[in-house]
Amino acid sequence: MPTTRRQFLSFAGGITVAGTIPVVTLRPLEATPAMLNTAIRNVVGEAPIRTGKVKLDIPPLVENGNTVPMTVSVASPMTPDDYVKSIHVFNEKNPQPNIGNFHLNPSCGRAQVSTRIRLADTQKVVAIARLSDDSFWQVTADIVVTLAACTEEVN
Amino acid sequence: MAALINVPAKAKRGDIIEIRTLTSHIMETGFRRTMDGALVPRDIITSFTCRYNGTEIFRADLFPAIAANPYLSFFTVAEESGKLEFEWIGDNGYSSTASASITVE
Repeated sequence: MPTTRRQFLSFAGGITVAGTIPVVTLRPLEATPAMLNTAIRNVVGEAPIRTGKVKLDIPPLVENGNTVPMTVSVASPMTPDDYVKSIHVFNEKNPQPNIGNFHLNPSCGRAQVSTRIRLADTQKVVAIARLSDDSFWQVTADIVVTLAACTEEVN
Repeated sequence: MAALINVPAKAKRGDIIEIRTLTSHIMETGFRRTMDGALVPRDIITSFTCRYNGTEIFRADLFPAIAANPYLSFFTVAEESGKLEFEWIGDNGYSSTASASITVE
């Protein structure tokens, strides 16, 4: 039996937590690296992912995670037999690992997409391009976020 | 809903042109809670499509990680004069369209 107040409290706390988890399903507050890998595998399948060709322009340090400008470009001639089919962007620690899927075709002329995204925490962002020969290329960027987005309280 | 579309009015045949779009939408993530702990229901745009004279040239699947008032910029080759049509589709039956015309010389 616990003898000190501190031990008793941690003991009681342990019981409460253990008793709560089976009843209430806790929504994960952030995606885990495992969820990131699952999300990537859902798109890529078993294909190998190589590093290169893709460029991710994103500020390394952002003050406000609510609007982070981001540009993904892929080195590709964008001809009918060598082009970028799609660009997929993922994050590590938002509540959900997906950011966006962008579908391109040879008539795009240039494989480049810009948008503004939300980042809930300091984390890494992964951009993966699928080329017309079904090879996958990726790039990773690390971003430090001062003010988090996505999960803040509504005023 | 208001959308801002930026497409060059004129282009030379074969030019690669940039198309920029911005539409107003709150993009509520579905992960936020009010002060009293209630979850705010998700309300986002899930899909954006751009068609050039009826042919799809760019499509995007959007997730809650896209910032409010989604901005998208992409490129296309100016092949012929005509119309660019934009369509946003989202939660709760949200749908919005816009269009722009281009003259190709």
